[in-house]
Amino acid sequence: MFRIDFNKLRFLVCDDNPHMRRILRTLLHSFGAREVYEAEDGATALEMYSHYVPDIVITDWAMPIFDGLELAQMIRQPDSKGNPYAPIIMLTGHSEKRRVTVARDAGVTEFLAKPISAKGLYQRILNVVASPRPFIKTKTYFGPDRRRNTNSAYMGPERRVGEKHEVLQQPSLLDKARSTI
Amino acid sequence: MAKNSAKDIEVKAFATHHVITQPNPLRKVLRRVEEKDLDDPIGRAEQALAGLSGEFKSWMTTEVNRLSTAYVAIRNDGFTKERRDELFHAAHDIKGDAATFGFPAAAGVAESLCRIIEHAPDLEKVPAELFTHHINAILAIVHENTKLDSISVSAELSRRLRKVADDYLADVNRDRPEHLEVILAPSIVPAE
Repeated sequence: MFRIDFNKLRFLVCDDNPHMRRILRTLLHSFGAREVYEAEDGATALEMYSHYVPDIVITDWAMPIFDGLELAQMIRQPDSKGNPYAPIIMLTGHSEKRRVTVARDAGVTEFLAKPISAKGLYQRILNVVASPRPFIKTKTYFGPDRRRNTNSAYMGPERRVGEKHEVLQQPSLLDKARSTI
Repeated sequence: MAKNSAKDIEVKAFATHHVITQPNPLRKVLRRVEEKDLDDPIGRAEQALAGLSGEFKSWMTTEVNRLSTAYVAIRNDGFTKERRDELFHAAHDIKGDAATFGFPAAAGVAESLCRIIEHAPDLEKVPAELFTHHINAILAIVHENTKLDSISVSAELSRRLRKVADDYLADVNRDRPEHLEVILAPSIVPAE
């Protein structure tokens, strides 16, 4: 059995809606988190990201100044002095498949469509804590590996060049721990 | 804690990409515990959320007032980008929040309204009734939803408005396949 020590995690929550921020804060504090920083727009969030160096970012999509998508793109700058690897959970009212794809291509780690639930949020946090994916850098992308299913037989146009070694497995902590039971 | 030092980051270069691996910087927060020591964070969070529920009606009222105000500005002075965005954001927030606040039918109507704003080729040409029916429905659902017998009426109202909006959008986008594809695509949110 596994437990997340939420009291050791630092969260940055970015949503322009004060009601949603209150709900997120309530959920995270109930999970056990102590450090929850809040921003109401993308620009403030980016500033707080540099200042507080959060472990996990939870962001809305639609926001003033710049939105959650732009925030993700600004965090995912491979040569930045800050941390470009922090997990980003996008929590949004957008619920179309194409939006998931766009968010994924901006470097978002997990996508959570509203309405929010305690279970949905907890599962996304568990995923980013226990099963981080390797990062991929190409000419046009920098972010977590967008492939969740590794299919070595796939030979289509989106296959990365590099033969068998191209997909590196990073065993999740959960799998590792389970194998030792 | 969130960042490993540069020496821990391993980069493997391939022809078209780099694969970057590093020790999980969050590994220290995951602990194995005995079953007896497991707590229930999800249950605790659901309880805390229930503790907030007394405020949901008032929050929802704030959200629908914002929507109503945004539409009044458009009705009086026409569409501009700013007014269109404000109407969309107000509807979009209701779409995302209403189910959490106990008004799932209002979320459905707000989603339908968002789709009209997003996919109608010319908002000035959208029949005004299509907007007013959606906004009035959201107001009615929020103000009347305290009565149990009105819940099924709300859901039915939501379904019918969605049908009317979808028929309208399918018609006006018949020559815009990229919009039609999005309009007809299923939502990623599982049905109730």
